[in-house]
Amino acid sequence: MESYIGKIKEISERLLNDGTVECVVGFRKGTVALTNEPCMITKASDVQDLVWDENCRLNLANYLTGRKEKIAVIAKGCDSRNIVNHIIENKISREQLVIIGVPCKGMVDKNNPEVLQANCATCLHRNPVIYDELCADLVEEQKEVDRYEDVRKIEAMETQDKWAFFEDLLTGCTRCYACKNACPLCYCPTCFVDESQPQWIGKGTDPIDIRTYHFLRAYHCAGRCTDCGACEAACPQNIKMRHFTKKLEKDCNELYGWEAGLTVDQRPPLDSFKVDDPDKFIM
Amino acid sequence: MKVIKIDKNIWAGGIDSLRSGYRLFGPVMQGDAHEYKELTSDETPDMAYTNTRLSPKSVVFPQSEPMFTYSLDENNPEHHILKDAPKDYSPRAVIGMRPCDAKALSLVRMNFDTEEYRDPFWMNSYDATTFVGLACDSPCETCFCTSAGCGPYHEEGFDVLLSDCGDAYEAKALTEKGEKLLAAAGWTAEGDASVFEPKKAEAEAKIVCKVESSNLRGKNSLDLYDAPFWKELSFACINCGTCTYACPTCWCFDIQDENKGTEGVRMRNWDSCMTSLFTLHGSGHNPRDQKHQRFRQRFMHKLKYFVDKYDKGLMCVGCGRCVQQCPANIDIRTICNKMNGYEAAS
Ligand code: SF4
Ligand code: SF4
Ligand code: SF4
Ligand code: SF4
Ligand code: SF4
Repeated sequence: MESYIGKIKEISERLLNDGTVECVVGFRKGTVALTNEPCMITKASDVQDLVWDENCRLNLANYLTGRKEKIAVIAKGCDSRNIVNHIIENKISREQLVIIGVPCKGMVDKNNPEVLQANCATCLHRNPVIYDELCADLVEEQKEVDRYEDVRKIEAMETQDKWAFFEDLLTGCTRCYACKNACPLCYCPTCFVDESQPQWIGKGTDPIDIRTYHFLRAYHCAGRCTDCGACEAACPQNIKMRHFTKKLEKDCNELYGWEAGLTVDQRPPLDSFKVDDPDKFIM
Repeated sequence: MKVIKIDKNIWAGGIDSLRSGYRLFGPVMQGDAHEYKELTSDETPDMAYTNTRLSPKSVVFPQSEPMFTYSLDENNPEHHILKDAPKDYSPRAVIGMRPCDAKALSLVRMNFDTEEYRDPFWMNSYDATTFVGLACDSPCETCFCTSAGCGPYHEEGFDVLLSDCGDAYEAKALTEKGEKLLAAAGWTAEGDASVFEPKKAEAEAKIVCKVESSNLRGKNSLDLYDAPFWKELSFACINCGTCTYACPTCWCFDIQDENKGTEGVRMRNWDSCMTSLFTLHGSGHNPRDQKHQRFRQRFMHKLKYFVDKYDKGLMCVGCGRCVQQCPANIDIRTICNKMNGYEAAS
């Protein structure tokens, strides 16, 4: 994907020079191996700083929330789907954006660059779903990937084993909140974890509070999560919290035939009501 | 100072001898990384580690620590009276700690042990602990300790410093506490003090990453505060707790009451100036409600306010944890150099 950068710079420079946008949101080269840093370029002469490779893991939709200026944003498939979410949820307007689409070939795992990041390995939307410019020809989408093999494995577990699995999964979580802060969906001005009146959960390292944080956050992402993997990529403790959001993604798919962030023309199932909505899961 | 030689074949036996007199803490593999933890009776510290993901500050300053207990039950004659939470301040020892982390605790002590205030929880834990260091012969590439007033053989904050010499450790006893621990372990063979200097020079030479900080003391705080680069530098930051929780020198905490029915515990939990809640006032006003303000606080505290207040160098020991773990690649080395080189327009 390194070959994309020439075109990305060319488009960015043009958009800045002709005044179409005030800034470009992209990545610049990181200071440590296998990392790049999200950046905002405001001068055409600075587009030389932009990079694109397999280490652009963070989701740039996260950097658009509530901004007021006209922005060009470099968007791989999942970023573009979170941009769709942002537009639907009024976090940014379509008119403010020039989306420079990146036909993505997958990010590599931050701990093992020999393999694709877990979510990228099963991604079905590598091409941006919404864009104004493209930095390369569209890529072929992956077929015959089993997106939910891991979820089914957990679903099939006995209750006790499931409990043990989740307990083990969350061991080491320090509640640094890098996962939610890296997530474009988590934009609430005050997260429920920080509310004090009422205080929904304790703020320490009690395992019950850690679990409650993860379960509730996952539910807040139901029908919205694009499985972009930014949460896992951000976690300093390498916790695989996508196990929670993926289960909900699968449920939304099976119950409502819904995949998040594919179109701005349809309201998501969890913020709209239909008389024939399935309700078997309501106890 | 006394130097003792500990043959590696008597190392584990010595550790076992220590267990009756000390609660032992050390680096062990936890999942996919080394972390400090209290050792169970069948665990020995893994001395082959490079560094731990979280610093050992938790040994004296746990992430969540009960301070007091209380009852809200008005039938209880002592309701609403804070009682000391049960504590164990019996002797403990950290085995195999890195020099940067020990220096970091000495820096933190300046804040918890002042003429006016003495934090009893931190100080009681600190005083109860014997710190046994392990010099760094193969530093990581993100380490910049030698530019942060520290180094791979730095002795500050240790009671004993070990140097790995192949089949044996050479152990330098630096305090009485340290001598006591060596004796309790049954390590008595006379060692060779001359190994330390050359090994120190060799290890220091391996630290190629340098950071410039010599101008910071002389800078005007307000100039740095008003410098034009904070918004740009902080753009990528997601304001998480990763850097401050991993940092051995970050000391901030938040106090919370947690009740169950009518019984409650007053806790303190690590806090982070990177979060907006950190400075939120009861009135609703927040003096640092923007990302770049919080970001600026972290770097100004470590690299300027602390430097000015104590005149003891940076509040950073160059351990590199924040550099390695920041999800957005915010790099304190870059920021320190930038602050150090900044000249305000007159
Ligand atoms: S990023 Fe990781 S350690 Fe931090 S809160 Fe999320 S799961 Fe826990
Ligand atoms: S929950 Fe994780 S995978 Fe889902 S949108 Fe947020 S960052 Fe991406
Ligand atoms: S500097 Fe990095 S680790 Fe620290 S708060 Fe910002 S994103 Fe998180
Ligand atoms: S600021 Fe970063 S490098 Fe410095 S002591 Fe803290 S974690 Fe280590
Ligand atoms: S950098 Fe921030 S969290 Fe760390 S000690 Fe300073 S104010 Fe506290």
